[in-house]
Amino acid sequence: MNLRVPRVKGLGLVAWLAGILFFLPIAWMVLTSFHSEESAATNPPSFAASLTLDGYRDFFGTAGGASPWPALVNSTVASLASTLFVLVLALPAAYALSIRPVRKWTDVLFFFLSTKMLPVVAGLLPIYLFAKNAGMLDNIWLLVILYTSMNLPIAVWMMQSFLAEVPIAVIEAARIDGARLPTLLARVVAPIAMPGIAATALICFIFSWNELLFARVLSGVVAQTAPVFLTGFITSQGLFLAKVCAASLVISLPVLAAGFAAQDKLVQGLSLGAVK
Amino acid sequence: MTATTTVPVAHARVGTAKSPGRLRAWATRAPLLPALVFMIVVTQLPFVATLVISFFDWNALYPDARRFTWFANYGEVLTDPDLRKSVLTTILLTATVVVVSLVVGLGLALLLDRKFRGRGLVRTLLIAPFLLVPVAAALLWKHVLYNPEYGLLNGLLHYVGGPQPDWISNTPLLAVETALVWQWTPFMMLILLAGLQSRSPELIEAARMDGAGNWQVFRYLTLPHLRRYLELGALLGSVYIVQNFDAVFTITSGGLGTANLPYTVYQSFYQAHENGLASAAGVLVVIGSIIIATFALRVVSSLFREEASRA
Repeated sequence: MNLRVPRVKGLGLVAWLAGILFFLPIAWMVLTSFHSEESAATNPPSFAASLTLDGYRDFFGTAGGASPWPALVNSTVASLASTLFVLVLALPAAYALSIRPVRKWTDVLFFFLSTKMLPVVAGLLPIYLFAKNAGMLDNIWLLVILYTSMNLPIAVWMMQSFLAEVPIAVIEAARIDGARLPTLLARVVAPIAMPGIAATALICFIFSWNELLFARVLSGVVAQTAPVFLTGFITSQGLFLAKVCAASLVISLPVLAAGFAAQDKLVQGLSLGAVK
Repeated sequence: MTATTTVPVAHARVGTAKSPGRLRAWATRAPLLPALVFMIVVTQLPFVATLVISFFDWNALYPDARRFTWFANYGEVLTDPDLRKSVLTTILLTATVVVVSLVVGLGLALLLDRKFRGRGLVRTLLIAPFLLVPVAAALLWKHVLYNPEYGLLNGLLHYVGGPQPDWISNTPLLAVETALVWQWTPFMMLILLAGLQSRSPELIEAARMDGAGNWQVFRYLTLPHLRRYLELGALLGSVYIVQNFDAVFTITSGGLGTANLPYTVYQSFYQAHENGLASAAGVLVVIGSIIIATFALRVVSSLFREEASRA
């Protein structure tokens, strides 16, 4: 046993090194975002250059490009609204699948999962043609509908595993007291399963916020989301390195915050509730 | 898919339902219907439309010349050297990223499974790459790390007097893969860490009592236990990475032989306006995904079966 203590210490050091190595690009990005454009674009890199908020000022101002505010607002609307719709649709579905199982419920469950495995590109063209004819191109609510369909399968899967843990006796008792389904869900089931529902919501929010392909094809100027706004930096030849870093960090901030908050539940959600 | 339909997870609950009448059966199903109908309308109908379009010779710039051509698009797609190359690129990209991030993720999960000072902080540092918006992560690699003149990689090489390669031009596919491995390793680590922490400590203790060394515990207890988690990580990773668009689009814009299938489909209808060809390619992507998904569903369902037998 004496031999094991120093070994564990050594491995702790290796873990620290790995953690720093993986985090280094992000740390460098943070540092660059606080540099002036001149000191950001030097080789060898300047570690001692004075710090400035110019990168952030350029990003939020309109210097050298459009304002990011409409894109940030669009992303917020699309992510929050689609997350809300997902919860409204997924909670009753998960209830039916976990608490009062319907016959062949696994078929239904696997149907939801299989839609998640359908590549986005497989339906993109008809959706584009439909939106074009219906005059819904560049409309944020089209993205809301698509993001809802993108996240609904994951949400149903996650939630049915969370709802399965709600004691059936509590539900029976509420039913005997005359609670109908909406009351039952809102007053009895949701409060008990709240941590799971919150985790589901966070993951749906993250996926909607990150989405690029739908947004890129179906939105133009008006309904542009934050990731589409970021693609405006793809060809910038480093002239605005500090601005690129500031923009990337600001746009990633909600996801970083949500992700760190839900670290443990994140695994369970991303593996569709299969790993606890 | 038929093998996945008999998972007896809900047995305990099924017993509580008394053979309901027709009306009650519908009342039970009703809460499920909105979600089900919504999914069918938004995901299945467009796919059926894609299938129909794939049989037409249809360029969006010449809508009047549209005509039904049976499987001509599929023939063209399958014989097009660019498209075949993008199939190969997709397989190579997906396999490389999944395998490397799984192996590195396993190493990191094993490290983090031990107690050491600051473990929580290291875990947080390691998860961060996965939490960056994918476009932002791709921009970070493209401009801040890979740039030949002021990127961090060449900046660090400068200090040791190394060469100053143009990473994206010299090794484009590797550049995309590295960025994706960096993003996906944390995901694999999280799943495998959950697997490691669900091992039974008593079993390991008993094995140690019997004189098993670290390697033996790993080889005969940990690895078999982790098998399901490794499979789950590999298959979920494949499902996401096979569909990757953000990294390819951002880092190389599909140039230099890095165009994968999603990017090619995007390009053929968004830039070339070849609706029929794009749809045929899209259908082929679906067929490929169904093959992966069948395995994925089997793994997930076996995980649930295990859980049910434990309960």
